[in-house]
Amino acid sequence: MKYQSQAVAKPYFIAAIGLFVGQILFGLILGMQYVWGDFMFPEIPFNVARMVHTNLLIVWLLFGFMGAAYYLVPEEAERELQSPFLAWALFWIFLIAGALTVLGYLLVPYAQLADITMNDLLPTMGREFLEQPTITKVGIVIVALGFLYNIGVTILAGRKTVVSLVLLTGLVGLAVFFLFAFYNPTNVVDDKYYWWWVVHLWVEGVWELIMGAILAYVLIKVTGVDREVIEKWLYVIIAMTLITGIIGTGHHYYWIGTPDYWQWWGSIFSAMEPIPFFMMTVFAFNMVNRRRREHPNKATVLWALGTAVMAFLGAGVWGFLHTLAPINYYTHGSQVTAAHGHMAFYGAYVMIVLTIISYAMPILRGQEASDPRSQVLEMWSFWLMTVSMVFITLFLTGAGVLQVWLQRYTEDPQPFMVVQEKIEMFYWLRELAGAVFLIGLIVYVISFFVKGGERVTIGSSDTA
Amino acid sequence: MSEIFTKSMARNIYYGGSVFFFLLFLALTFDTSGEVPKRDNHEAIDEQVALGKQVWEENNCIGCHTLLGEGAYFAPELGNVYKRFGNSTDAIIGFIKGRPVEGIPGRRSMPQFNLSDEELAAVAAFLKYVSEIKTARDWPPNIQG
Repeated sequence: MKYQSQAVAKPYFIAAIGLFVGQILFGLILGMQYVWGDFMFPEIPFNVARMVHTNLLIVWLLFGFMGAAYYLVPEEAERELQSPFLAWALFWIFLIAGALTVLGYLLVPYAQLADITMNDLLPTMGREFLEQPTITKVGIVIVALGFLYNIGVTILAGRKTVVSLVLLTGLVGLAVFFLFAFYNPTNVVDDKYYWWWVVHLWVEGVWELIMGAILAYVLIKVTGVDREVIEKWLYVIIAMTLITGIIGTGHHYYWIGTPDYWQWWGSIFSAMEPIPFFMMTVFAFNMVNRRRREHPNKATVLWALGTAVMAFLGAGVWGFLHTLAPINYYTHGSQVTAAHGHMAFYGAYVMIVLTIISYAMPILRGQEASDPRSQVLEMWSFWLMTVSMVFITLFLTGAGVLQVWLQRYTEDPQPFMVVQEKIEMFYWLRELAGAVFLIGLIVYVISFFVKGGERVTIGSSDTA
Repeated sequence: MSEIFTKSMARNIYYGGSVFFFLLFLALTFDTSGEVPKRDNHEAIDEQVALGKQVWEENNCIGCHTLLGEGAYFAPELGNVYKRFGNSTDAIIGFIKGRPVEGIPGRRSMPQFNLSDEELAAVAAFLKYVSEIKTARDWPPNIQG
């Protein structure tokens, strides 16, 4: 660790992993409810478990992004963080606000939570992924502002690198587009139109900038490849991200009461959205192949290559599968969508956060890389989680294709619940794969507490 | 990448490309906002529909159902439920009202939300309003949603 203030990243990473565990436990509850309809009913109905599952995901990824920024920005800017105290304060505010919100979901009926938090004053609740009480949303904005101030001043007063500027652009974009969460018109078409300015412009826009910047930083560190080369790649990748992804928002504007021309704009541009992800894969493998050093942290290299590949498969390939309007006409809002969502989020965002944690955590704990035995376990967890996510995606895709066929494509379309029963086997298999994912996650957590093993290193390695 | 393609060229493509396509997106949004009123059934929006949307949101209906294909995939599409229920708001009200408190053993069941008569009428009116939005190709593909 070159700068003392980088240490503030550690609690952010620990919180991220803790919430990740919670997210997966609720994922398993949801998977069980798909096959055993009244599992935990009426105490934890599906909608509550789903809110917890998706909101925990968003919150822990934000913890991960913030931790990444606190870790890498001082090093890139070559100065201490502007205010480590502010970073600590915001950590507790965000953690407590997040915990209270989740407890609110679990302990009182949602309508009562809306009542207690005075949703009437500025109704923003009850929209997918934006279920947080308005007061929580205000808290998120405050935390984001404090965070951006801290990071922004550190970057602007220090060395400005492409990595840190792209990261800052992504983080500012994240905060700016979140403001559309406060716009909730009664007109459903308008509501949906601008809801996507948060959701799509986050995950298929500015979050990709954050991902690209973190990946570029880690690749600089573990491969020793010249920064100039990596930064050029980063520019090209994020250029393609925004060139395809902004108009690509149109793939959400096919069937919600918006004009027909979006079927053309959305199809053409979103069909190109896999390009930046493919470039990211080529980039990661290229840099690792051209490495000038053997970094002792093998697990990080695995995560870095893994996130590029899985983001391409999940966001790129599985996104493309149902993005063309004539296909989406049938698949829109089916299990095909769920399949894509799972692998895309895991590949692009879960894995990039685990990449930076894998790289930074040993250094934050006073080692250049974890002990070999710990790394072996970490790599086992990589394969367990990644392979089981591939299977979750495949089973959901199977369920989705059958669902679309029986409910929408045949001459004699069948009711939703009839179809759900016919595809139950796929849901069982998905739940099984989910259990393996949990085992992988447990192995991942254990890997932090394992020591020892013999290091086999070729050549020298200077501390990053 | 070769030396002919420099980092500053890459940077210019990034800045130029993102600004251009964001402006194009704003232009399309501007055009859309002019087109939407022709098909969004806004004439139907009254106080009751507005209350209905609030009831819809404050009971997190989107946490299980889809509405015009967006939401969760645990329960049926509701963008056309008014039509599926024989163009009857009473049928919708009856269904919501009749959900058993303890669920149905072994099966998925909608929770009992204990809505007032006013809220029930409002959420049904809201679903009627949504079902009459003119979506492209009359999505969903058929009455089953």
